[in-house]
Amino acid sequence: MTTTVVENDVDNALVADQAREITTKVDRPDLIFRGIIRTSGIAVLTVMSLIGVFLAYRAAKALDVAGWSFVTEQAWEPDSGKFGVAAIIVGTVLIAVVAICIAVPLAIAVALYISEYAPRRLQSTFVSLVDLMAAVPSIVYGLWGFFFLQSNVTGVARWISTYFGWIPFLSVEGADPTDPLSPSTVYTSSTFIAGIVVALMVAPIICSVMREVFSQAPSGEREGAYALGSTKWGMIRTVVLPFGKGGMIGGTMLGLGRALGETIAVYLIISPVFIIQPRILESGTSSVASLIALRYGEATNFGTSALMAAGLALFLMTLVVNFIASSVVARSRSGAESG
Amino acid sequence: MASLNSVESRRSTATFRLTDFYSLVGALVAALSLSLLLFTKILPFSGSIGFVVVTYIAFIAIYSALVSLEAEGPIIRDKIATVVVHSLAFLMLLALVFVVAYTIIRGFSALSYLNFFTQDQSRTGPLDPLSSGGVLHAIVGTLEMIALALLITIPLGISCAVFLNEISGRLSRLVRTIAEAMTALPSIVAGLFIYATFILIFGLPKSGIAASLAISVMMLPIIIRASDVVLRLVPANLKEASYAMGTSQWRTVWHVTLPTARSGLTTAVILGTARGIGETSPVLLTAGFTASLNADPSRNPMISLPLAVFNFVKSPEPAMIARGFGAAALLMLLVLLLFAVARIIGGKAPGTLSTRQQKRRERQSHDDAVRMAKASAVTTDTGTP
Repeated sequence: MTTTVVENDVDNALVADQAREITTKVDRPDLIFRGIIRTSGIAVLTVMSLIGVFLAYRAAKALDVAGWSFVTEQAWEPDSGKFGVAAIIVGTVLIAVVAICIAVPLAIAVALYISEYAPRRLQSTFVSLVDLMAAVPSIVYGLWGFFFLQSNVTGVARWISTYFGWIPFLSVEGADPTDPLSPSTVYTSSTFIAGIVVALMVAPIICSVMREVFSQAPSGEREGAYALGSTKWGMIRTVVLPFGKGGMIGGTMLGLGRALGETIAVYLIISPVFIIQPRILESGTSSVASLIALRYGEATNFGTSALMAAGLALFLMTLVVNFIASSVVARSRSGAESG
Repeated sequence: MASLNSVESRRSTATFRLTDFYSLVGALVAALSLSLLLFTKILPFSGSIGFVVVTYIAFIAIYSALVSLEAEGPIIRDKIATVVVHSLAFLMLLALVFVVAYTIIRGFSALSYLNFFTQDQSRTGPLDPLSSGGVLHAIVGTLEMIALALLITIPLGISCAVFLNEISGRLSRLVRTIAEAMTALPSIVAGLFIYATFILIFGLPKSGIAASLAISVMMLPIIIRASDVVLRLVPANLKEASYAMGTSQWRTVWHVTLPTARSGLTTAVILGTARGIGETSPVLLTAGFTASLNADPSRNPMISLPLAVFNFVKSPEPAMIARGFGAAALLMLLVLLLFAVARIIGGKAPGTLSTRQQKRRERQSHDDAVRMAKASAVTTDTGTP
């Protein structure tokens, strides 16, 4: 019928051939279904945003009293009105930075090994081994750090502080490098040891993000590099690493977010001090999460409010880091489709 | 001609030569001897970790020197990079396996007593030997808390992941961003949130329910994110085929999308469980502490395995520390078990069937064919006069 119209009158057909309106009629069961899943999405959104709201609500009282000194004060004595996060934030960041400095080279090596060097048959085994390590409870790492590492790593810490003590943050006060019998307790419970333990915890997480982007490097470009006579390392340096840069940065940030929030392993190892302590090899440091775990039990009403404020600071810090991480990773994945 | 042929022999195309092996072994032996010499005779070094570090640095240095004797430029760099990547990867995997093995081995002394699994700590003091008391209360607590948490997180997490995949728009993008950012939510903040709302504002006591809510808050983003990835992998042509037959959206999700992604979803849930089961800090803030068995999650304090470990190792008594390692080993074995199950289930691509499922499908389709043949026979019988 349409064809006859076209033959008879072209103008008429153009008028008749307007785009038809396409409507999808959603019937009732589907409406209910969409309602249910939309509700659950909104519920998740609500719970996640309530975390920030309730922490802020409970923290308001303490923040009101402390004002701006909350950011600059080092001591933590809420009941005498003298408290702030300067020392604990610095401690938290130092532990996380030490952890990242140790974890990132290890994670890059493992990720490269799994995606480039490992025999094909063993690849999936290694992948699930790394995933398993990411799920090992933090208390297990804490036990290892407290009972094994603490006593075995002091020799390394002593050596570093003896020969590199001229670098300010590697020096140790109260230790005499010339006396081989000086007590080693000054080297225990330090930022360095907590950092090693946290490094082992976050390395698998960083590694699995990196491995994923490395294995997405386009095979055409890999073969191109080989065809130009490149060695394997040359290929990795010119194709795989530049390609995976976004994933490497994003994975590192993700690991940093986890390292900032680690509680129990750090709690077991460090001995808390409430002054800014930049010497990473020396005993005594502090972190937000371990402060909360340490003080929540004995805190008064106002002390609890102060702890909530500290928790809020930690929450905001990790949230910023995670947002940056996930946007960097997402951007690197969308670029992955070229080639 | 003949002489030329005899000169040409088959060339080896293998990428690994014997000299590579010799230089590796030589460098390793030299590095070991050098650091042994340094540690025992020359310098006042000590400690096993220091020994490993010194040996490793010496090994890399000696290997580089050996390789540079016979190769040049990019080949040297390639060989050094290969050895560094292999050795660092090996070191890290070794360290991780060592962490796990250390806990399990030290926990063995407590696990070898049967009463460790059948008694609680209510009649046992810190000085009592390992033959008295156990962690039954913590095992029961862990299982109840994780079961309650799964009761909340499985329906909510999976339906949220379905929402992210089925309804696109600004809202679902926002939910996805928030859920992704929350996957690394510090677990202590999750505990603090429940402590602030459930206990301080509603005035409810510390209990198993509060702890399982805290664990849920922590597990939810993990499960949502993993399920979201799995659901995205469901082939679009399966869904389109379903829609093409006039099926509604919820039937497509229920009968096509979810069954296709079943193994992946199971893996997502199990991995989330493994993370939730080992968290100490949310439970620390919300469950309280008890030394006796309490099977009622709605009243009185409860305890979980990681929290029990935490409390055991704070004591200086060797028996309590041994109990701590025992409980940690038990927790570790639980996580390993969950992982083994996840790997068995999750090893399959979406839509792949096991032999038994395949047989069941074949039987169903055979039954359908028989039923249809019978029905058509009936209609033809009645159709023809």
